[in-house]
Amino acid sequence: MELTSFTLVKSALRSRWPQFILFAVLLVGFLLAIAAGFAGTPVGSRNFGIVFTWIAWWAILILVAVPLFGRGWCAVCPIPLAGEWLQRGRILGPQEQGHGITLNRRWPKRLRNIWMQNAAFVLVALFSSVILTTPLVSAAVLAGMLFLAIGLSMVFERRAFCRYLCPVSGFIGLYSQAAPLELRVIDRSVCASCQSKACYHGSQAGYGCPWGVFPGGLSKNTSCGLCMECLRTCPSDNISLHTRPFGADVIKPGGRRMDEAFKAFIMLGAAIIYAAVLLGPWGGLKTAAYQIGTPAWFGYAAAFLLFIFIILPLLFLAAVKLGQRLSLSREPWRKAFTTHSYALVPLGLLAWVAFSLSFVFTNASYIGISLSDPFGWGWDLFGTARLEWTPYLVDLLPLLQTGALILGLVWSVHTAAKLAAETRKDRSVLLQALPVAGFSVLVTFALMFLLL
Amino acid sequence: MTHSQLAIIGIHIVDYNKLLVWSVLVVGLFLAAFAPLPMLSPAPGEKLLRIEASQYAFTPAEIQVNPGDRVTVELVSTDVVHGLYIDRYDLSVEADPGQSSRLEFIADKGGSYRIRCNVTCGAMHPFMIGKIQVGRNNLLWRAIGLAIISAIGALVLFFFRASPRSDEASI
Repeated sequence: MELTSFTLVKSALRSRWPQFILFAVLLVGFLLAIAAGFAGTPVGSRNFGIVFTWIAWWAILILVAVPLFGRGWCAVCPIPLAGEWLQRGRILGPQEQGHGITLNRRWPKRLRNIWMQNAAFVLVALFSSVILTTPLVSAAVLAGMLFLAIGLSMVFERRAFCRYLCPVSGFIGLYSQAAPLELRVIDRSVCASCQSKACYHGSQAGYGCPWGVFPGGLSKNTSCGLCMECLRTCPSDNISLHTRPFGADVIKPGGRRMDEAFKAFIMLGAAIIYAAVLLGPWGGLKTAAYQIGTPAWFGYAAAFLLFIFIILPLLFLAAVKLGQRLSLSREPWRKAFTTHSYALVPLGLLAWVAFSLSFVFTNASYIGISLSDPFGWGWDLFGTARLEWTPYLVDLLPLLQTGALILGLVWSVHTAAKLAAETRKDRSVLLQALPVAGFSVLVTFALMFLLL
Repeated sequence: MTHSQLAIIGIHIVDYNKLLVWSVLVVGLFLAAFAPLPMLSPAPGEKLLRIEASQYAFTPAEIQVNPGDRVTVELVSTDVVHGLYIDRYDLSVEADPGQSSRLEFIADKGGSYRIRCNVTCGAMHPFMIGKIQVGRNNLLWRAIGLAIISAIGALVLFFFRASPRSDEASI
């Protein structure tokens, strides 16, 4: 269904005001989260900075925004705003009227991938037990992201931070491939013959793609931030936002890369480790993850990195190679490894959904408390500051988690078969997909053991 | 004439192989989800559990009781104030540092549940979690069964859909 065929939707997306209002609200929330982190109570569960970032925002992001809208969050994320405004010299309106502050350099060619986002995510993940629970540290990380985004906007063109460095953007990009929403051009030949390429370079109507993407060549969601600039600038009205089947990009041949493949392992591995550390009953593991700098933490960090970068990929490679042997495939192993790793995208996404369901709903009652008393100073703005901690949906959660994991598994197995069918026929498809499916089953068992 | 050509003129041929696979799949999923599992637990009795709470762990972290047991939990806090809340049972108890408190209940809900600290006790408080298992964790075993059947079903059905029908050419 083409959403932009509805006049009201198209007008709302073209207008800068609805997006700006969302930006403004979220920016205020973001700055309040930083302020609360620095100035508020050190008790995480009573601090707006922790509760709104890691419970409310996270719930919206991973349970709704990413599965349904892909990079929908990126379209309203407040982190790059200040840098972008400075870069453009304008808050709203076309660029010709502004005088931006930026060196406008191009991002180095060697770094045009998501390896730095992978590294950034792993770095945050290694310290996550502290970041998730200590307001001061959480605020420092959020402020660091804000200033890094501003700094990069001053040096580089467009949204270099979002595209190449943001630890969140990396996994949103990967999982946006599974989302049932995409922005694409209607007719590629129109783009090929377009002289101005206003969607990329900008025009009186709007800015060139902040993500550095030429929409005429867009085939996957990964790098499209859904900012709607191209919808505003396209002189031929050739841009559409439409729904599509879930997982459409994952099974699209071409454009598969090793950095994205490793993103799939990082995310899947992190979901397993988080389920063990944060939701498991092992106190020693929690202490090791929390006490940064101690020998126990170094052991935890080493195990974390070993699991994500060595054990999971090697097990998966073994599964892929076994499939190749069974199906008598001569496809180069690197290509096969990269291609089949995309089968883990649905399982990874649903694993995060299953993990987050428990994490979010058992702690959601803190939202009302911190909303009324964001700094933990004894305020009671909305009469909810004295609410008791109450876990929600306790009866339903294990069933929802089971459903999410089984859905992810089935989706992954089906994707594995489709990926195998790209280069094989008949029985070979089954033989190639079988070990990958087996790997997915084992990962699902591990998650079930940890979550149920 | 092929199946698709027959379908165009309104004749639909039943693919018995696919029907069989679907039937087996549905029955298998139904059994995995709802089939009664054998009861292996011994007769219920009295169970006294001493649980030590310290930042951020319960010791022992995992507790096993039998369905129907009359359970008495003695919560002992070794550092700050801690609580113990049992999911689904919606029961809780608090213990001051160095003190102990008691909670009694009948373990009439089978399965595996989280026990959580429900008194803010420090940074990692929201993740101070233990487990209590009443009888067998049937949900886990059912989930594993469902996962295996679903995965096999997804593969087989894909294979059926991707493969040319054996009778396609001969009709």
